[in-house]
This record gives sequence, structure tokens and C-alpha cells, in this order.
Amino acid sequence: MKSAEKKVDTFMNKPISAEQDTRRGARKGAAERLMKTVFTVCGFIAIAFVLLITVYLIISGLPAIREVGIGDFLLGTRWEPDHKTDPGLGILPLILTSIYGTAGAIALGVPIGFLTAVYLSKVAPPKVAAVVRTAVDLLAGIPSVVYGLVGMMVLVPAIREHFDLAAGDSLLAAIIVLAVMILPSIISVSENALNAVPREYEEASLALGATELETYFRVSAPAAKSGIAAAVVLGVGRAIGEAMAILMVAGNVANMPSVFKSVKFLTTAVAGEMGYASVGSLHRNALYSIGLVLFLFIMCINVALNVFLKRDKEK
Amino acid sequence: MEKTIAAAARQKNKKAVRLSPRRRVFEVLMRALLYLAAGITAILLLFIIGTILKEGLPKLSLEFLTTEESVIRDTNGILPAIQNTLYVIVVTLLFVLPLGVGAAIYLTEYATNRKLTAAIEFATETLGGIPSILYALVGMLVFCQMLGLGKTLLAGALTLVIMTLPTIIRTTQESLKTVPQGYREGALGLGAGKWHMIRTIVLPGSIDGIVTGCILAVGRIVGESAVLMFTAGMSTTMQDFFQKGGLWESSGGTLTVALYVYAKERADFQLAFSVAVVLLCATLLINLAAKLCGKRLRKK
Repeated sequence: MKSAEKKVDTFMNKPISAEQDTRRGARKGAAERLMKTVFTVCGFIAIAFVLLITVYLIISGLPAIREVGIGDFLLGTRWEPDHKTDPGLGILPLILTSIYGTAGAIALGVPIGFLTAVYLSKVAPPKVAAVVRTAVDLLAGIPSVVYGLVGMMVLVPAIREHFDLAAGDSLLAAIIVLAVMILPSIISVSENALNAVPREYEEASLALGATELETYFRVSAPAAKSGIAAAVVLGVGRAIGEAMAILMVAGNVANMPSVFKSVKFLTTAVAGEMGYASVGSLHRNALYSIGLVLFLFIMCINVALNVFLKRDKEK
Repeated sequence: MEKTIAAAARQKNKKAVRLSPRRRVFEVLMRALLYLAAGITAILLLFIIGTILKEGLPKLSLEFLTTEESVIRDTNGILPAIQNTLYVIVVTLLFVLPLGVGAAIYLTEYATNRKLTAAIEFATETLGGIPSILYALVGMLVFCQMLGLGKTLLAGALTLVIMTLPTIIRTTQESLKTVPQGYREGALGLGAGKWHMIRTIVLPGSIDGIVTGCILAVGRIVGESAVLMFTAGMSTTMQDFFQKGGLWESSGGTLTVALYVYAKERADFQLAFSVAVVLLCATLLINLAAKLCGKRLRKK
């Protein structure tokens, strides 16, 4: 704006020569073109990063899969990469643990999260809702290692004593920690979906004689169902990708998943073993392959999430 | 707005026609479940915070925050971790801000091809959904090994740049959209070039959103542990960033990594909880700051 004004001013006082004007115009044009290029490059950087990640995970993930064989790698039931004579590199226990753990966290977290969202969005007095919302935001912001620490010091001993086990590090502990960790995202996404339900729907339902709660559960919730589905998918993504917190409570023995047994997830295998698997070894390459498998899981979830969110937007 | 619905419904219920037993049970049961769920959420938070404070506060002192670990001086502080965390925050923001804001500007101001925009937005969302352990793997492969940075704080910060990029892009884009179209047209109509218009009209008008994005990114950086463990190292000794090469050769653990090391490898749980208190305070501050910024943004 400034230079535009200046140009007018100079024009008023002393007409600038045509040559001067074109020179200034050329400089301006060059700056414009340069900045356009810069911004375009920035725009593409997200795509570049995604490609970089994909390419790197594939390049580093494939060798071990090829060496072990894709069937043996995915369906092998023995994960003992340290075994001196006969290392087992089957990740089925890890895959199943990740799936069971995520399913458990969803089963625990989604009902609580959804009901809390209904409470916040519809029932709670505004002041209470504001306090609870702040609390939920805080839950979302707490670093995962802190959840891990609390789980390790409170939950694990509690499970050990309550169920009379030798050790409390177990799938159950991991499920509970994961459920707590996905709670905030489920609450905030489904609350947003519920808030977006048109008021007329609810008024119509009340006018037809439905009670308050019937309206919320039979009218508002179905109207917000793709947003709530998005919340669930988001929770699945969070749970399957979490590493540090469950590394601290799951015990990290690659058993076939069972509620009270110590287990190892896809993520915790990578997080826990990368430190000591020597560079270039089959073990390390297998960890990269686990990364690749995890990446494929996540990509499927992302696509599903996108579909749900888009459907929500279109409405 | 919802309040009036709930209030109207309640008033109606008071003088309601008698409900059938089945509906009455539904009503009572569901209401109980709602309060139960909200109660569980609230109690969980109180319990977690209570535990952290109870275990962590006794050891927390000024000395803990301002000294490093030293057997000779008999101190056991986390200053190195705080220093490393600050370093990572500064370096990450230094790189991610221009990139993210630039990408958002491209998307809202320059991009004309809708398919391309959709592709970029999909890529951004994908980046946002990738778990940190995969960023850790890729960061280790690309920055530490391929680019030869080794396990350094710089490599960690660069990995975090990729991780926080979607946050910055998204919040900046949101706030760019709040700048009225008329301002842009006015500037262009007065003869300003596009870049000139962005620099003088659009960016100043959306600074709040950019700041909010920064705060959210800082939140993610402070909470991140897996990436930094893989790419930035875990040592808890003091780094001198101002010696020769110190800026790009230093390695060390941030607060979260220090917490992990204390809890899992040294079994010094009291210290770990004290670090947790520090992290909790940081989270609280970051949340408050983000909320304040968001409020200012909404007022406009």
C-alpha cells in the first residue's frame, strides 16, 4: 500500500519518467514472481514430506520382509529376534496385540467419551461445561510419557494386587492407558459433531413429545453419526500409533495377546528394540518392516477418516 | 442456545404427561449414564493430576530446575533437559514457521487448481495422522543417517519440523480465511501486487492464528518423546551451544526423554514425577496461552 501511495504522490508533484516507472514495475514484478515461486514450493512441501516418508519406509522396510518371506513375517507366531541360533521374526503376536489393544481401548474409551460429549454438548450447565472442557484439553495436552509414568506407578501395581498376578505389566494395563489417552480426542470431535446438529431437529423432536434424553440419543446422535464415526476412527489411529506410554506398562514380552499377559505391540517393538538392534542386522531391518506394516495400517485409517470427515462436511 | 432447548425440555418434563415405564427407565438410565461418564472423565483427570503432584512436588525445588546432575556437587537437576527442550522448540519453529505459513498462503491465496489443493490438503492430513514412532524411524533414517547429522538435537528438531508442519498449516489457513475478501480486493484495486497485498494486508490480519499455531506446535514439541529419543539422544549432561559446532553437534534428552530415562532406566521415580510436574505446568501454560489467543481470534 505504501509504495502505491508514494507513486501517486510523486506523480502529483513531479511526473515520474516512463523509464523510471517501468524499472520500478519490473522490480516489483520480479519480487512478485519470486514470492509466488517461494509460496508454491512451500505448498508442495507437505506432499514432498509424505512421499519422503513413504519412500523411506518402503525402501528400508522391504529387505527384511523379502529375506524372511512375507507369509512367515506377517503370520509367524514367534518374535525372538535375539535368539542366537534360530531367530524368530514373525510379527503375528505384535499385530494381534496392536489390534486387541486398540479394540479394547475403543471399547472402553468410546462409550465414556461419547457420553461425556453428549453431557458437555447438551446437558451440562455452561459453567460446568467450560470447566470440564478445560480439563479435557489438559488431558489432551499431557505428554504420553507422563501417562506412562502414572500407569506404571499406579495402574500396574493395582492390577498386580487386584488380580493376584506375578507382574501387573499386561495388555489390560496398556488398554486402560490407551483408553484414557484417546478419551480427549473422542470427546472433542464428537462434541463438535453434536454441536453442529441443527437446532430445529431437536425442537421438532421435543414438540412431538419426545423427552429431552430421547431427543439427544434418538435424534441428535444419529444426526451427528458421521462426526462420531470420525471420532472413533481418530481414536483408532491414536491408539494404534501410541508407543511411549504403553512401552512403560505393557511388559514388552512378545506373547500372543492375552489380557493378563505381558505383551508387545507393533509400536513398542520398534520403540523398545531400536536402541540395541545393531545397524545392518536382520533384526533392525525387521523393525523397519514393522514400521512399514504400521504405516499401512495408519494409511488405511487416514483414508477412512477422510471419508467420514468429508461426508460430515458435505451435509 | 442449547441451554434453552434443555431448559424448555425440562420444563415440559415437569408437567409432562405420564411416561410409559419403558420410557421412564430409558430416561433415568441414560441420565445416570451421562453423569457417570462425565464424572469418570473428571475424576480421571483429578486423579492423574493428584498423583503427579503428590509424588512429584516434594522433590521439586529451585535447585532442581537450575542445576545439572553432578555427583561431585551433589546436585540432581534438570537444567540440561530444560535447555535442550528450549533449543528444540526454537530451532523447530525457526524452520516450520516459514514453511507452514508459506504453504498456507499458497493454499489460500495462490492455488487455483482444485485437485492440487485437495492433494496438498490430503497430504497435510496424512502427516497429521502419522504416529510419532514412524516420524522417529524416518527422522533417524533421513536426518541422522542419510544426511549424516548423527544423533543430534538438530536432527531431532528437523524431524519435528515435519511433524508440526500440519498444525501450522491448518491454523494459519483457518486464520487467513478470516481476513475479509474485501480487504484483498481493496488492496489489489489500489494497485498492490499479490505479494505486497499478502505482506501488508493478509499477514498482519491473521497474526493471531499464526501465533495460536505456534503455541499448539510448542505443545506437541514439549510432549514429544519417541522422535527425540531416536534422533536427539538421551544424555542428561549440560550442552554448550555456543562453543564451536555446539549448535549442530550437541545431543541430549529433552524433558520428556529425561522423564523416560529416570522412570524406565534408572528407576528413580521421584525424579520422574518431579519432571512430570514440570511438564504438567508447561502443558497448562501452553493450553492457557492457546485459549487466550483463540479467544482474541474469535473476537475479530
